[in-house]
Amino acid sequence: MTVHGSGPQDAGREDHPPERDAPVVELRGAGKSYGNIRALHGVDLAVRPGRVTCVLGDNGAGKSTLIKIISGLHRHTEGELLVDGVPVRFGSPREALDLGIATVYQDLATVPLMPVWRNFFLGSETTRGRWPLRRLDIEGMKRTADRELRSMGIVLDDLEQPVGTLSGGQRQCVAIARAVHFGARVLILDEPTAALGVKQSGVVLKYIAAARERGLGVVFITHNPHHAYLVGDHFSVLRLGTLELAADRAEVTLQELTHHMAGGAELAALRHELAQVHGVDVEELPEA
Amino acid sequence: MNRATAPAASASPPAPPAGRTDGRGTRRSPVRRLLARPEVGALIAAIGVYLFFFAVAPSFRTAGALSTVLYQASVMGIMALPVALLMIGGEFDLSAGVAVTTSALTAAVLSFQFTVNVWTGVAVALVVSLAVGAFNGWLLIRTGLPSFLVTLGSFLILQGANLAVTKIFTDNVASDSIADMDGFGQARKVFASEFTVGGVDFKITIVYWLVLAAAATWLLLRTRFGNWIFAVGGDQDSARAVGVPVDRTKVVLFMGVGAGAWFVGMHLLFSFDTVQSGEGVGNEFLYIIAAVIGGCLLTGGYGSAIGPVIGAFIFGMVNQGIVYANWNPDWFKAFLGVMLLVAALVNLWVRRTATRR
Ligand SMILES: Nc1ncnc2c1ncn2[C@@H]1O[C@H](COP(=O)(O)OP(=O)(O)OP(=O)(O)O)[C@@H](O)[C@H]1O
Ligand SMILES: [Mg+2]
Repeated sequence: MTVHGSGPQDAGREDHPPERDAPVVELRGAGKSYGNIRALHGVDLAVRPGRVTCVLGDNGAGKSTLIKIISGLHRHTEGELLVDGVPVRFGSPREALDLGIATVYQDLATVPLMPVWRNFFLGSETTRGRWPLRRLDIEGMKRTADRELRSMGIVLDDLEQPVGTLSGGQRQCVAIARAVHFGARVLILDEPTAALGVKQSGVVLKYIAAARERGLGVVFITHNPHHAYLVGDHFSVLRLGTLELAADRAEVTLQELTHHMAGGAELAALRHELAQVHGVDVEELPEA
Repeated sequence: MNRATAPAASASPPAPPAGRTDGRGTRRSPVRRLLARPEVGALIAAIGVYLFFFAVAPSFRTAGALSTVLYQASVMGIMALPVALLMIGGEFDLSAGVAVTTSALTAAVLSFQFTVNVWTGVAVALVVSLAVGAFNGWLLIRTGLPSFLVTLGSFLILQGANLAVTKIFTDNVASDSIADMDGFGQARKVFASEFTVGGVDFKITIVYWLVLAAAATWLLLRTRFGNWIFAVGGDQDSARAVGVPVDRTKVVLFMGVGAGAWFVGMHLLFSFDTVQSGEGVGNEFLYIIAAVIGGCLLTGGYGSAIGPVIGAFIFGMVNQGIVYANWNPDWFKAFLGVMLLVAALVNLWVRRTATRR
């Protein structure tokens, strides 16, 4: 990680803790281009301790790109990423994890052929004993993994079974439980409930609420405005890589949120198009 | 092992569901679990091959024959170990065969040309071998090309350099003898001595082979690095996303192959006192075959260190058994091919079983 602007800011991080509501992670005018595809542009976002920031938007709006910048998987190509007020550039997800930022990715989750407990602790394995006899703390890791999975309502007979033998939702739960376990300060969830049943979705939402109670900053990406409105403190709606809406809970209603997510003005245009295709009167189509 | 049946007193989650399991018999049967172990298929095959030659070739039954078989297996098996780890890590090294010769030539030519103690040559050869491995890994990471291509390139480079450089220095296809140079006797003791058990001579490489296999097993199953090997071979993007240093893991694995090539190269050099510069071509496939017969998945992410030990042992048995049975040795390759295909099919079946829901 390259930390720009050393000196006074660095000292500030150690000497006196930043003011209570200061963002842990902040994006200022951040953007990301993949070659000549500009996936994200000029986005501001603040992740504050004890608050849930919901990121909403269409497919391809740039939500995953946004969180991959925060989690260290991609580097931003414009703007700034600040952790505790200090501009950083993550070289790898390891660096973000070391700062207590844990992520559940939409597309990257687990290694199918590896046992459940090895997946759970992958990259953050615990060891015991001293070198050269330092070895994985297998019993301890299995115990922890089992406990964390049980508390999500996933009861597995055999933690040695390859993750690939679990159902898609169970696998997702392993990834979520892992992030909850390792996310010390910031928890990022990219559409965590997409593959989950009602019960597990409820558990995930409870987790998000619990993480907020513990003072973590949470970034929650979802397509479900109801889920978002249940737990969110702040809502950012992305459209074609830019922020369309950024509002605190007090400033929007569920209806407005749904309207924005559904594309708002676009929907009206869509109604017109559909009307032309079907040759019906616009007024006959259901209201957005 | 099985937390569900153990009284989970230590586990005190916020709200653990009452039921221990959901009662759908998700537990895998012990037999299926055993069969899902990577080396089981190879073990069954090894016993079969042993019994077969035991039956058809009387001279195969002697302790002397066992010693020969084990020696054959060890020389190949020492290289098969790092090649297997690399394969579990999702990559190939086609330069592994000629890299052995490169290492031996480096030590031989350097010691002879500069008239230095052979240990100097041995040390430089180690550095060169590790550097070749690191170069392979670095090139793979920088270019993103498949390791098949990258190491095919280094295979050709090393093969050509082995021949050409040797010719420059010796005007010959073999290196000069280093038998009467300082340290030769000592190095021979370390790399190529023998010991006697019950009146039968065994080569020291057998001991190294088994010790290295034990170390590799420890590495794979009991260390963080071992966990990372499985992860980078299984799904490297997911591994990177949870903080596994993917690039470093791969480079180290390639350097491990370099270290193996060095060790075997030194053994070959000090068993005799010269090296043929054209040797080693084709051996890379034998290493890969030993790993595959031993249950390592060609596509990475699955395998063991015991598997390639058994694979190499099968190789040694077939190689020698055919001789003891007085058959035409040309059958060896055909036999090996059959073994490989059978192993590949068993692997396929194992993987399906292991990931079946
Ligand atoms: N690795 C990549 N290389 C090139 N383009 C990419 C890459 N990843 C994403 N993109 C592009 O960036 C844009 C935003 O993608 P992103 O994955 O951030 O969308 P998203 O909001 O997460 O969508 P979804 O709701 O479907 O998950 C898309 O147009 C996509 O094609
Ligand atoms: Mg996405």
